[in-house]
Amino acid sequence: MTDISTGVVFALLEEVFGRGLFWLMFVGTISIAAAYLYVLVRDRAVSWRKFLLSQLSMPIGAVVAIVFILSVTHSTFADIGGAIDVIFVMGFAVAGAIGMAILVYTGQSLIWRRRLHRRANPA
Amino acid sequence: MMLNRRQFLSVAGLGGVGAVAATGLVAAQPAQVSTNARIVIIGAGAAGTALANVLLRRLDGAQITVIEPRRDHIYQPGLTLIAAGLRPPDYVMSRTTDWLPSGISLVEAAVAAVDPETKTVETTTNETIAYDFLVVAPGLVLDHDAIDGFSLDLVGREGIGALYAGPDAAAKTWQAASHFAETGGIGLFTRPATAMKCGGAPMKHAFLIDDIARRAGNATRTQIRYASHNDTLFGVPIIAERVRMLFEDRGIDALYSHVLKAVDAGRRMATFATPDGDREIRYDYLHVVPPQRAPDFVPQSGLSWTDRWVGQGWVEVDRETLRHRRYPAIFALGDVAGVPKGKTAASVKWQVPVVVDHLVSAIVGQEGSARYNGYTSCPLTTRIGRAMLIEFDYDNNLTPSFPGIIAPLEELWVSWLIKEVAVKATYQAMLRGRT
Repeated sequence: MTDISTGVVFALLEEVFGRGLFWLMFVGTISIAAAYLYVLVRDRAVSWRKFLLSQLSMPIGAVVAIVFILSVTHSTFADIGGAIDVIFVMGFAVAGAIGMAILVYTGQSLIWRRRLHRRANPA
Repeated sequence: MMLNRRQFLSVAGLGGVGAVAATGLVAAQPAQVSTNARIVIIGAGAAGTALANVLLRRLDGAQITVIEPRRDHIYQPGLTLIAAGLRPPDYVMSRTTDWLPSGISLVEAAVAAVDPETKTVETTTNETIAYDFLVVAPGLVLDHDAIDGFSLDLVGREGIGALYAGPDAAAKTWQAASHFAETGGIGLFTRPATAMKCGGAPMKHAFLIDDIARRAGNATRTQIRYASHNDTLFGVPIIAERVRMLFEDRGIDALYSHVLKAVDAGRRMATFATPDGDREIRYDYLHVVPPQRAPDFVPQSGLSWTDRWVGQGWVEVDRETLRHRRYPAIFALGDVAGVPKGKTAASVKWQVPVVVDHLVSAIVGQEGSARYNGYTSCPLTTRIGRAMLIEFDYDNNLTPSFPGIIAPLEELWVSWLIKEVAVKATYQAMLRGRT
């Protein structure tokens, strides 16, 4: 493999996670991202209350991401050996934090709105 | 349109798979070639399987026959992880038929002989198979009998390990090695004087068992000794020097020009051939890597080099095209190819496109242009959690895949991450002909 194409990237990720799990995760990620965009467009504003909670959840997402990657690779923080290692760990942390923030914000927007809607319009 | 690695990292850095997908890049597929050529592939290991999958996509109408007696496919790069207790034996196991495409014929037999003049292959089941093109990729033979006093039933007992011999042997190797790591003593790690698959693997085992003994609190009660077959620790000078420095750092004793020739399991003594004559060395744990050679049918069929690697039988191929130097309808891939480097799965990944190019070009009456530069890769694990991602070519140049990002001679967690997560995935994608 002298070059990496989109197909190769997908092929590798399918092998890492298994075809079923990878596409489940892929669809899940796309769905959450789409739901996030949907609530932003629907509400036409960022709810700072929800944003605060989603920000507070970011460190949890960061820690979960790091613990996950270290545990599946039989590694510890003591194995971090070079600058690129620190960058990769930070990358995992940032990805986990952003993912958690989007998840929490979207979850609040979808669930709270439904609850508020029910309160306003009791059956 | 394709991305090179640097472009890939840039795109990945912008947002991973989603960003890659968003670019809308699609791999260009070469046009299929119509042919009724009979192509025989000997072996369904990493090389034979990957080639069969790629050829089936490139060729329309070709009769592709794969000859392979083993029903199990072994992911050999995982054996060092099993021998360090980091993976169970089934981590490397799958079935040969799991990876082969449905459009080929599988002959479950070993090869008895090849007649390059009449272009036929004879199997041990007395089947004669004619070919227009032949790819020899049966792997190699571990010659355990070449070491006096050693047999595979000793592995896991008497302080003896031999991880190359397969997943069960690797698991038994871990039994013996873990006992040594807990109790301490002298750990003796060897490699043969012949060409061998993955020259870094014996070193990985030494580094990992040293690390495991240290973690068990036995650093002071453990002495690790590594016996090199010649006057250097690695065939690539810059890597050899780096390994020498690491050995010094870990207190690993390097023995030069020591080739294991006999084992006395009862006395726990290993005999080495050295320039000064035979030398006995005591051990509490001994890791045996036997001499390695081509399967018997290769030299017996007149396919081997006669003036190089004498007695080892590797196929006489051009080192850049992997085409037989005397029989142009024959190619060799993987461990059995008589080239200076390249007995790794990573090499196979780069060799397969070269053979495909020349084989398909020959079918349409043209000359191929692809060249194999000897690329070999070895994520050299130096302890649990760190590795050096070393890659090099025929000329002993370092050929890093991620220049300026992942330093090849630095012990890094990210290189270990690649070994743990990405290598098997890449291997499996290669088997399917997707990389």
